Amino acid sequence: MSEQTIDLKKRRFLTQATSVVGAVGVGFVAWPFLSTWKPTARAKAAGVPVDVDISKLETGQLVRVLWRKKPVWIFKRDAETLKSLESESLLKVLTDPEGSGNSKNQQPKYVTPNYRSIEGKEELAVIVGVCTHLGCSPTYRPEPGAADLGGDSWKGGFYCPCHGSKFDLAGRVYAGAPAPTNLMIPPYSFVSDTLIRIGVDPVTS
Amino acid sequence: MNKKQNWIDQRFPLTKTWNEHLAKYYAPRNFNFWYFFGSLAILVLVLQLVTGIFLTMYFKPDAANAFTSVEYIMRDVEWGWLMRYLHSTGASAFFVIIYFHMYRGLLYGSYKAPRELIWLLGMALYIALMAEAFMGYVLPWGQMSYWGAQVIISLFGSVPVIGPDLLVWILGDYAVGDPALTRFFSLHVVALPLILVVLVFLHIVALHAVGSNNPDGVEIKKTKDKDGIPKDGIPFHPYYTVKDIMGVFVFLIIFCSVLFYAPALNGYFLEHANFVEANPLQTPDHIAPLWYLTPFYSVLRAIPPMFGSQFPGVLAMFVALLILAALPWLDRSPVKSIRYRSSPFKWALGVFVISFVVLGWLGMEPVTPRNVLLARICTFLYFAFFILMPWYTSIGKTKEVPERVTE
Repeated sequence: MSEQTIDLKKRRFLTQATSVVGAVGVGFVAWPFLSTWKPTARAKAAGVPVDVDISKLETGQLVRVLWRKKPVWIFKRDAETLKSLESESLLKVLTDPEGSGNSKNQQPKYVTPNYRSIEGKEELAVIVGVCTHLGCSPTYRPEPGAADLGGDSWKGGFYCPCHGSKFDLAGRVYAGAPAPTNLMIPPYSFVSDTLIRIGVDPVTS
Repeated sequence: MNKKQNWIDQRFPLTKTWNEHLAKYYAPRNFNFWYFFGSLAILVLVLQLVTGIFLTMYFKPDAANAFTSVEYIMRDVEWGWLMRYLHSTGASAFFVIIYFHMYRGLLYGSYKAPRELIWLLGMALYIALMAEAFMGYVLPWGQMSYWGAQVIISLFGSVPVIGPDLLVWILGDYAVGDPALTRFFSLHVVALPLILVVLVFLHIVALHAVGSNNPDGVEIKKTKDKDGIPKDGIPFHPYYTVKDIMGVFVFLIIFCSVLFYAPALNGYFLEHANFVEANPLQTPDHIAPLWYLTPFYSVLRAIPPMFGSQFPGVLAMFVALLILAALPWLDRSPVKSIRYRSSPFKWALGVFVISFVVLGWLGMEPVTPRNVLLARICTFLYFAFFILMPWYTSIGKTKEVPERVTE
C-alpha cells in the first residue's frame, strides 16, 4: 500500500466534488432559515376586505381606514373639483393623466378616466394613501393655490412630506415629482349607497 | 506572580498576545489628536453593548407594547432613563467618532497600500454600524421609527423585477408591522453586534500586522534599530494607553454634557416625532433619517425617477456609500499624508468635505426646488471626488516625504 504514489489529480477532484456537494447542502439548509422570513399564515389571512360607512362623510372631508395594513383614503369631492380634474391646465402638468403609461396597473379597469372613481359615484374617491416613491402617506392639501405648494399652479391634492411628490385630487402624480406612478386605486365596490367595501370588485351585470 | 503567568502561558498565549498588541506593539511616536478616535470607537462600542444588555431586560419587541415599554424604561425603571439616553446618545457619538476616524484616513492616506484590507474591514464595519443604528431606531416604535423603516425598506422594493417580492420577504408582511419589528430586534441585539465585534477584531488584527500609519505617512518599519525595533516607534502601552485616557476624558466631558443636558439634542439625536407612537395612517409632516444617514439620503432625493422607476436614485445612494471602499485603488498619489500632497488633492478634499456636509444638512431639510438643485450639485461634486481621483492625484507637484517622522 505504502508504495502507491499520491494521485494529486484524483485528490483535487475529490476535494472539488466534496466542496460542490457541501455547497448544495448549505443551500438546502439555508432554505428553511430564509423561508421563516416569508409572511406567516396569520399575516396572509389579515388581508380581508374592509367595509366603510360613508353616510356621515361631508364634501371635502377625508377619512382614513386601514386595508391590508395600508392607509386608504375615502373623500368626497365637489362638482367644481371634478371639473378641475379635467381641465387642460391640470392635465398638462401630470405625468400620466390617463393612467395608460407606467401607471397602467395602478387602477382597476372599471374606474372612470380623470376622476378615477366608479361611475355614478364620481364624487367619492377611494385611494391607497401610500406614496409610490418610498411608501410615506401623503398629506391631504385640498386648498387650491396654497402658497407653499406653488401658488396658482397648485390645484389642490396631496403632498408627500418625505420627498416632495405631489398628486392631484384623483391621486395622479405631478410631473417632476420623485414618485414614478399615480397612487393606487384599490378594488372597491358599493354594498349600498352609504357602504363601501374595499378589496372587492363590483359585481358586473 | 511569575509562576502563575508561566502556568497560563504554557496553556494560553497570554504574555505573547499582551506583548504583540500592547506592550511591544510599536506605534509611530508622532500621533496627534486625530488618533484618539480609534480607541474612542471601542469605548463607545462597549458602552452600547453594556447599555443594550440592560435595555433588553425591559424592552418588549412587540408592535403593541414596544412604545410603552420604552416609556416604562424612561419613567418606572430605576435609572432606566440613564440606560436609554446613554444608548441613544452613544449611537450618535459612535457616528461622530467614526466620521472623524474615517476623515483621519483621508487626511493621512491611511487606506493606501499596504493598509487596503484595514480600510475594507473598516468600510464593512461602517455599513454594519449603519444597519445596526437603523434597526435600533425602529425599535422604540415611534412615528419616526415606523415611517423611517417604511422609507428605508421601500428602497429594496424599487429593485427591478424582484423588488416587490423582496420587500414582502424583508417585512414578513405586506406593510411595516410586528414581524418587521421583531426581526429587527433579533438582528439588532444578536446578529449585528456579533458581526461588529468580529469585524473590530479583524480590523485590529490587520492593523497590528501591518503597523499604524501616522501624520507623516512614513513607514516606521523601514528604519529599525539593531534590535529590530522601529526607531520612530514607541510601545503602545504605556505611552498611547495613557494618551488615549486623556482623549477619553475630553470625550466624556462633551458626551456627558449632551447626555445630561440635551439628550435629544434639539431633534438631532432623538427626533421630536419619535415621542409619538407609530401610526400607520399618518406620516409626520416632516420626516428625515437621523443625521448620520442624511448625506446618502440626500443623494437618493437628488436623483429624479427614470424610466418610471425610482431605482436609479436608490442605486446612486448605495454607490455613493460603496464607492468609499474603492479609495485605495482610485488614489494614484505617490505620497500618503496631506502634509506632502499636491495642491489639486487638497482642493478636491476640501470640496468633498463641503459637499458631504451640505448633503448631510440638506437631508434634514424639506424638499424645495432650491434644495433639490443644491443637492444635485453636491451629489455631482461628491461623485466627482472619486471618479476624477485617479487623474487629480497623478498631477501636481507633491512635496518630498522625509525618511523619518518629523516632530
